[in-house]
Amino acid sequence: MSRALRLLPIILAVWILGTFAWRLIQPDDPTIRSQLVNREVPAFDLPAAVPGTGGLKSADLATGKPRLLNLFASWCMPCVAEAPVLAELHRRGVEIDGIAIRDTPGAVGAFLGRHGNPYSRIGSDPTSRAQLALGSAGVPETFVIDGNGVMRLQHVGPIYESDIPAILQALEKAR
Amino acid sequence: MRALAFALALLVAAPALADSNLPPAYWAYRQLPDPKQEARAQALMEELRCLVCQGQSIADSDADLAGDMRDLVRRRIAAGEKPEAIRAWLIERYGDWISYRPTAEPINWPLWAAPVILLIFGGAMVAGRIRRKRS
Repeated sequence: MSRALRLLPIILAVWILGTFAWRLIQPDDPTIRSQLVNREVPAFDLPAAVPGTGGLKSADLATGKPRLLNLFASWCMPCVAEAPVLAELHRRGVEIDGIAIRDTPGAVGAFLGRHGNPYSRIGSDPTSRAQLALGSAGVPETFVIDGNGVMRLQHVGPIYESDIPAILQALEKAR
Repeated sequence: MRALAFALALLVAAPALADSNLPPAYWAYRQLPDPKQEARAQALMEELRCLVCQGQSIADSDADLAGDMRDLVRRRIAAGEKPEAIRAWLIERYGDWISYRPTAEPINWPLWAAPVILLIFGGAMVAGRIRRKRS
């Protein structure tokens, strides 16, 4: 057997251990990104999540003006942390539509009563059907939708105070 | 005593972030009445990745979203949709990553070629040994 061939197992072992070490130092990013960014929002038609407000269908999102589509739930703790930031965005004139994931009208109503209601419309998605159509994997998630109803940005996880400039910039770019 | 109090506290503790306000979707834990359709749905569900507990299939996961995905798969199969069309619909949204079945994309060619290459390599080694023994 030639010398190079004898070294092969050692080279392979070093390569495999090196791969392990690299992934331990730099873990894989488990964030699931929607593949629909820069494509039209898929069709959905949801009933109102709380009585007295309209439901939400995908056609409502193409209003000629960029807006936010926020997926939230009353049982979702990070959504509570996000609520004041959404209120701030709303105060600055950003239009926000909501989808309440796996929720009841009573619980959504109580959540809005406690944390404020920045939403123009809120659709109810009791079996995550619209969430799956959007390519979203959890709550909270927020999409920037341009005036033509095209998805321009996906923000996974709560929007923090520090994310406001990036969100406003994405809305400006979608204009 | 403290351990017991802790265990009791654990019993009543609600897991954060995990539980939604609604019971599982209708077809999440129910089989389709037609056994052929159910078999097709089950085979597909075993090859779809759960979005919450990544690494489990939606057939194995008890996450709410996995239940909703099973509901979606069973509903569409019952409506006559082909399993591959449902898989394609999900891949369009979440990427190849959501399906456990490797695709025929160029990036996977080494994976498909690996068994053949290893077989040739092993065959060559065996052939070499036999020749050496004879001589």
